[in-house]
Amino acid sequence: MIALLSLAWRSLLNRKGSVILTILAVALSVALFLGVEKARNGARDGFGNTISGTDLIVGAPTGSVNLLLYTVFRMGNATAEISWPTYQQIAARKDVAWTVPISLGDNHLGYRVMGTTTDYFEHYKFGGGKPLEIADGEIFDDLFDAVIGAEVARDLGYTVGTPLVLTHGLGSAGFEAAHDNRPFRVVGILKPTGTPVDRSVHVSLEAITAIHVGWESGARNPLADTISEEMIRSFNLTPRTVTAVFVGLERKGTILTTRRAINTNKGEPLMAIIPGEALAELWSVTAVAERALLAVSAFVIAVGLVSILTSILTSLNERRREMSILRATGARPHHIFLLLVLEAGLVGFIGAILGIVLVYVILGALAPMLQAQYGVAFGTGLPGRVDLTVLGAVSGASLLIGAVPAIAAMRRSLADGLSVRL
Amino acid sequence: MTDTVIGIENVRFAWARGPEVLDIPAFSLARGERVFLKGPSGSGKSTLLGLIAGVLAPQAGTIRVLDQDMGALSAAKRDKLRADHVGVIFQMFNLVPYLSVTGNVLLPLRFSSARRKAAGADAEGEARRLLARLGLTDEALLSRRVSDLSVGQQQRVAAARALIGAPDLIIADEPTSALDADARDRFISLLSEEVERSGASLLFVSHDASLAPLFTRAVDLSAINRAGVTA
Repeated sequence: MIALLSLAWRSLLNRKGSVILTILAVALSVALFLGVEKARNGARDGFGNTISGTDLIVGAPTGSVNLLLYTVFRMGNATAEISWPTYQQIAARKDVAWTVPISLGDNHLGYRVMGTTTDYFEHYKFGGGKPLEIADGEIFDDLFDAVIGAEVARDLGYTVGTPLVLTHGLGSAGFEAAHDNRPFRVVGILKPTGTPVDRSVHVSLEAITAIHVGWESGARNPLADTISEEMIRSFNLTPRTVTAVFVGLERKGTILTTRRAINTNKGEPLMAIIPGEALAELWSVTAVAERALLAVSAFVIAVGLVSILTSILTSLNERRREMSILRATGARPHHIFLLLVLEAGLVGFIGAILGIVLVYVILGALAPMLQAQYGVAFGTGLPGRVDLTVLGAVSGASLLIGAVPAIAAMRRSLADGLSVRL
Repeated sequence: MTDTVIGIENVRFAWARGPEVLDIPAFSLARGERVFLKGPSGSGKSTLLGLIAGVLAPQAGTIRVLDQDMGALSAAKRDKLRADHVGVIFQMFNLVPYLSVTGNVLLPLRFSSARRKAAGADAEGEARRLLARLGLTDEALLSRRVSDLSVGQQQRVAAARALIGAPDLIIADEPTSALDADARDRFISLLSEEVERSGASLLFVSHDASLAPLFTRAVDLSAINRAGVTA
């Protein structure tokens, strides 16, 4: 066996050119498969790491995935809001430890603006319990203060003190929709988190109310500009509605009963979701697409394996002489069989190893960019179970597929005997 | 063990759907003999060698190699008999292109434990000794790719490979037809010397009748083969 393995190895070295191409084909197909797999897991981990410590998210009734997406991931829109008194009822519940109301619906140059309380910076956790931290400046205090995420600061080049104007609605442009009569000022910049927080502009709930003074109809009232800043500051800026509420419970054990109590609230209809559960629901939706992607990349691996088959089959003709020499020097048919099977297995094994190396090198190089652009964190640690499984499966399949040319060569060498003329 | 290395009785052979190429009532080769078998190309020599080497099986008759009835042995047993006891030299392209010179010489030892044992613990040294006896002593030459060797050198490497591990029978199929006269005579005398030294028997097949005096006995294939092959 060892003797044959070294023969197989030398035989492959002798056909370096075509063997390297075949190994590349296998490597690329394995790299694609693992890349898809890692992107999938990275996206899941990224989403899963975005929020922690929050037991319930409460909003107006909608789909639970939808509620999760717009409150945590800043994707999509709220269809309705909940009223301030209802929020106060939730906050006053005995089983509720803390609440963070949030108000969404405006943006700054495409970055979503979130109105909230300073409690947000205390209670919102990500990445398995890490708190938000200020990199520069401080948490908002004044009505027109804003705290921006790391990516907003980096992309727009903002520093503490930079003025900014919010825009009504979620579309980015629309000059006529700008709240340019109420400029804000950056007072704090958060450290990067790898979550949508990096792409958010945080202001106080009162600020959201303030900039909408004169916008009660949904568009700018011509008289809005006549209201001075001093007048606004003197108004009661308690919001009339909020988009959603992050809720932390006194005891985790009550999570299901609390959720039921909120969902069956007598007054305004409400919906409470458990973030982890809504995420699971989201995954069950995306699972179909993930499976399709995995299936496609698995087929690409199959193509890679077929290229092993092709390269060995096409080499058989020119190796007829070699086979009869091996037979003449004492090789049994099963030696011929094993030689070719081992060659196929070696190509598959080396290809898979190279593919794994390739995927780690590429991800290692691209990880910072992917993290920044898409918030998808790729695990670039040591190769794990999936890599080893793919390595084993590809090597095994190569050995198996090698049986086809191996049987052909064995049969032919039996028929040729010792007398092949070139 | 008797002294008959090859014993053929009433052997007939035809390729599938082809005419009969061999019909040999009797042929034998005794231990220590170096027999020259003369036959023009296409006369069925290679087929006969295939039968003796056990890669082909006759349709009728018996072939005994080292007292083993090849017809009674399974294909696997015939393969083992060849691996352990027979060394083969072809006309040309004898060498595996991806093995070194010594790698080629050592090749039979990969497939036969009997020959591995016979070659001794220092198989590499044995290979070098054989190569040296056959006139290949240059170290630089031994490390070259086998395809870079001259045909004469390749044939001598093939001879060393056939001889390693002391097989009982060496079969040479036109090993000198690609060599010029000088190289040919030198090759045959070196081969004969080594065969004699190891106590093996030699069956040397060629179409070139002028070589016959170099052997202990000469046989004309067309004289022992009744099949009407015209080539």
